[in-house]
Amino acid sequence: MKIIVKLSMLLMVVLLATSCGNKSKQNTLKGQILIDGSSTVFPLSEAVAEEFRHTYPQVKVSVGESGTGGGFKKFSRAETDINDASRAIREEEIAACKENGVDFLELEVAYDGMVVVVNPRNTWVKDLKVSELKKIWAPEAQGKIMKWNQIRPEWPDKEIHLYGPGTASGTFDYFTEAIVGKAKSSRGDYTASEDDNVLVQGVASDELALGYFGLAYYENNKDKLKVVPIDDENPANGEGATYPDAKTVQNKTYAPLSRPLFIYINSKSLVRPEVQAFVEFYLDNCIALAPQVGYVSLDSTAYKIAKDQWNEFLQKHTQKQ
Amino acid sequence: MNRKRTEIMVGWLLKISASLTVLVTISIIWILLYEAIMFFRQVSIVEFLTSTEWTPLFTNKKFGILPLLTATFLTSIIALVVAVPMGLITAVYLSEYANPTFRSVIKPILELLASIPTVVYGFFALTVVTPFLQSFIPGMAGFNALSPGIVMGIMIMPLISSLSEDAINSVPRSLRHASYALGATRFQTSIRVLLPAASSGIIASIILAISRAIGETMIVAMAAGQQPRFTFNPLVPIETLSTYIVQVSMGDVPRNSLEYSTIFACGITLFVFTFLTNNLGIWIKNRYYRKYEI
Repeated sequence: MKIIVKLSMLLMVVLLATSCGNKSKQNTLKGQILIDGSSTVFPLSEAVAEEFRHTYPQVKVSVGESGTGGGFKKFSRAETDINDASRAIREEEIAACKENGVDFLELEVAYDGMVVVVNPRNTWVKDLKVSELKKIWAPEAQGKIMKWNQIRPEWPDKEIHLYGPGTASGTFDYFTEAIVGKAKSSRGDYTASEDDNVLVQGVASDELALGYFGLAYYENNKDKLKVVPIDDENPANGEGATYPDAKTVQNKTYAPLSRPLFIYINSKSLVRPEVQAFVEFYLDNCIALAPQVGYVSLDSTAYKIAKDQWNEFLQKHTQKQ
Repeated sequence: MNRKRTEIMVGWLLKISASLTVLVTISIIWILLYEAIMFFRQVSIVEFLTSTEWTPLFTNKKFGILPLLTATFLTSIIALVVAVPMGLITAVYLSEYANPTFRSVIKPILELLASIPTVVYGFFALTVVTPFLQSFIPGMAGFNALSPGIVMGIMIMPLISSLSEDAINSVPRSLRHASYALGATRFQTSIRVLLPAASSGIIASIILAISRAIGETMIVAMAAGQQPRFTFNPLVPIETLSTYIVQVSMGDVPRNSLEYSTIFACGITLFVFTFLTNNLGIWIKNRYYRKYEI
C-alpha cells in the first residue's frame, strides 16, 4: 500500500515536471483547430491531435467524423481548417470551394489496406482474382453463389460462408467500390458486422469462411487467420497475386484493395500559426502514428515531398496577404 | 374522517400505479403499430411474409422476414428439445424421488441457473460450447444455431423444472395414494398419474419457456451469427429477429429511414409470436384443466 502511494506521488512529480517543461517551451501557441471529414482518417488525425495537445497544451484541436463528403461541405464554407478524406476531392466540391474563395492543398498522409482472409484450415484457396471476388460479392451473387466450387471448379463442393463489414462501415464502401465497381453495391446474405472482432471470430472459427476487413485487424490476429493474396490481373501492378504488407501497399502493387488517405488544408486558415504548426506536426509524426492506428504510412521520402508541397502552398498564400 | 381520507388516497395511488403499467403497455404497442404501419406503407406485406431474402440495409433491398423467423424458431426449437425433457425429468425427480435434504440443496442451485446474466450464457456458448461441438462435428461454423440453442435450453430449463415441480406437488395427495394403493410403481405413478394431472401447470411452464426462448437476444446475438439465411441447418451462421433488432439499433442506420423502421416490423412480428404462444398456452391450459375434489 505504502509503495503504491509513494509510486503515485513520484508519478505526479514526474508529470508535473514534464508538463511544466512543455509549458515553458511551447506555451506561446494558442487557439483552436477544427478538423472534420472521413471517419476512416479520424483515428489517425485524432492520434496526431492527441500528441499535438501534449506539445501545445493551449491549442484546442477538435476532430470530427461526419464523413468525407459532409466534411467537404463545411470545408468549402471555410468552417473547418482541415478536412480528412478517404478519397480525392470531387469536381463539385472543388467548385464549391472556389465559389467561397477557398484554395486547398491535398496531402497524402497514409494508406488504408483491406485484406481478404480465410480460415487457416482452408487448404484450397491459394489466391483470388479480383474478378472472382466480384463474382462472390456482387449483388447478383445473392442466393446464387453459395458454394466454393462455383468460384473455381476444382474447389470443394461445400458451402461458402461470407463475413464482411456492415453497410455503415467505410471499409464496406471502399471494398464494394474497388471490387464490384459501385460503392455500397453488395450482396446482403453474409454475416455483416460493424464490429471487426466479430468478423475475425467468425472467420477464425469457420472452416468454410471467407471474409474481408481492414488490414489492421489482420495484423493483430495473424495467428488465427490465413490471408489470401489478390491478383488484379493487371501486369502493370506486378504479375500474379500479391500479398498485402507495408511494402506492397506503399508501392501500390497490392491493388485494388489499398487506398491513400488524405488531409486537405484550407488556405483561409493559413494565417493562423497554430494551424501551420499542426500541419507540420502531422507530417512529422505520421510515419510513427499511422501504423499505431492500423494504417500503413508512406515512406519517408514521400513525407519529404509532402512537406515541400506544404511549404510551397504556405508561401504562396502567406505572401499574398 | 382522517382514516377515510387516507383510505381514499391510497385507493387512488394504487389505481394510478396500476393504470400506469397498462398505459406503458398500450403506448409500447401503439408505437410498434405506428412504426410498423409506416413500414408497411412502403413494403408490401405479401413480400414481407413470403420472400426468403432479408437484405434491407443493402442496395438490393429485400424484405422477406422468413430467414429471421426460421432462425428464431430454429434456436427456440433446439432450446426446447434440450429444456423440456431435462426440465421434466428434473421436476419428477425432485418431487418424487429425491430426499428432502438433497432437494432443499439442489433446487436453489437450479434456480441460480435462471439468474445468470444472459450475456454470460452467450459468452459460454461462443467460447466453450461451440469449440466443444466443433471438435466432433466437422464443418460446423463458429457462429451457428446449435450451440446457442443448447445453451438457451440450459437457461430456460430451471423455468420448466421449477414450475412443473410446483404443479406436480400440487396434485392432490389422494390421487397419488390411490395410484400406489392400486399397486403402481413410483415410475408408473409419476408418468401415468402425476404428469397428466399436472399437465396444465407443466404446459404453462413450457409456454413461458417458449416465450422466453423466442425473445431471447443476447445469447443468439453473440453466438448465432448475423447472417439472415433461410435454412434449418443448425450448423451455419444465422440471424434471429432479436439479433437483427440489436444490430440495427446499435449501428449507424439513420433514424426515420425505411431501414430503421424495419426493426419495428421485426418487433411487431416478435410481439405477435409471443402473444400467440401465450394465448395458445392459456387455451391449452383451460382445455386440459382438471378440477379435483378433495
